[in-house]
Amino acid sequence: MLHIVNKSPYQTRNLESCLRLAKAGSAILLIEDGVYAATRDNIAAAGVKAALGSVSVYALSPDVEARGVNNLLLDGVKLVDYGGFVDLVAEHANTQSWL
Amino acid sequence: MTESTGGIEVEEETAGRVKKFMFVNRKAPYGTIYALEGLEVVLISAAFDQDVSLAFVDDGVYELVKGQATKGIDVKNFSPTYRALEGYDIEKLYVDAESLKARGLTEENLIVPVEVLSNEEMADLMAAQDVVISF
Repeated sequence: MLHIVNKSPYQTRNLESCLRLAKAGSAILLIEDGVYAATRDNIAAAGVKAALGSVSVYALSPDVEARGVNNLLLDGVKLVDYGGFVDLVAEHANTQSWL
Repeated sequence: MTESTGGIEVEEETAGRVKKFMFVNRKAPYGTIYALEGLEVVLISAAFDQDVSLAFVDDGVYELVKGQATKGIDVKNFSPTYRALEGYDIEKLYVDAESLKARGLTEENLIVPVEVLSNEEMADLMAAQDVVISF
């Protein structure tokens, strides 16, 4: 299953709910303001870091670049472009958007 | 000269397959239009004879709270509609235990009978769907 999070971890608790209900082996894609959760040294990082052991975490590179946080990414977060976004959706049986 | 069938071919095999649809409700009822619109879509889905379930997570659990009285804010109280879902053969209502507890609610506070699920049970159920639609 693919989970998509598009809100900043400081604005909503969507990421926390996603991490709580994402099964091991699933994928999480961070887009729009959600990409801030892919950066290190912040209060969201611990949750994402812990999840990296059991789920794959991706961040959408155009959104990362737009926000200037390329150099702040957590180790283990994989960047994908729009084509990669499409691939992720196609690879997984279903998708939950944490709007 | 070519022959024309004069119509669209219907793929009967795909037309007949029942899919598992889950509607995930994560918003409180009146602050935004999500909850009401979600409920409308659920009612529409009932017409298609699919395997429909509803999940209530985070503030979505507030949609089911008993005793809503909206006269003072001049909007329709749509909470009784959840009780009518049974009549449309929509009987699978699942509520996230942690979201209830975090808000000081129990099953007793809810307007309809539901099944309360642990994180693991909810995650399994969500992953088992063909289609997940979020509100």
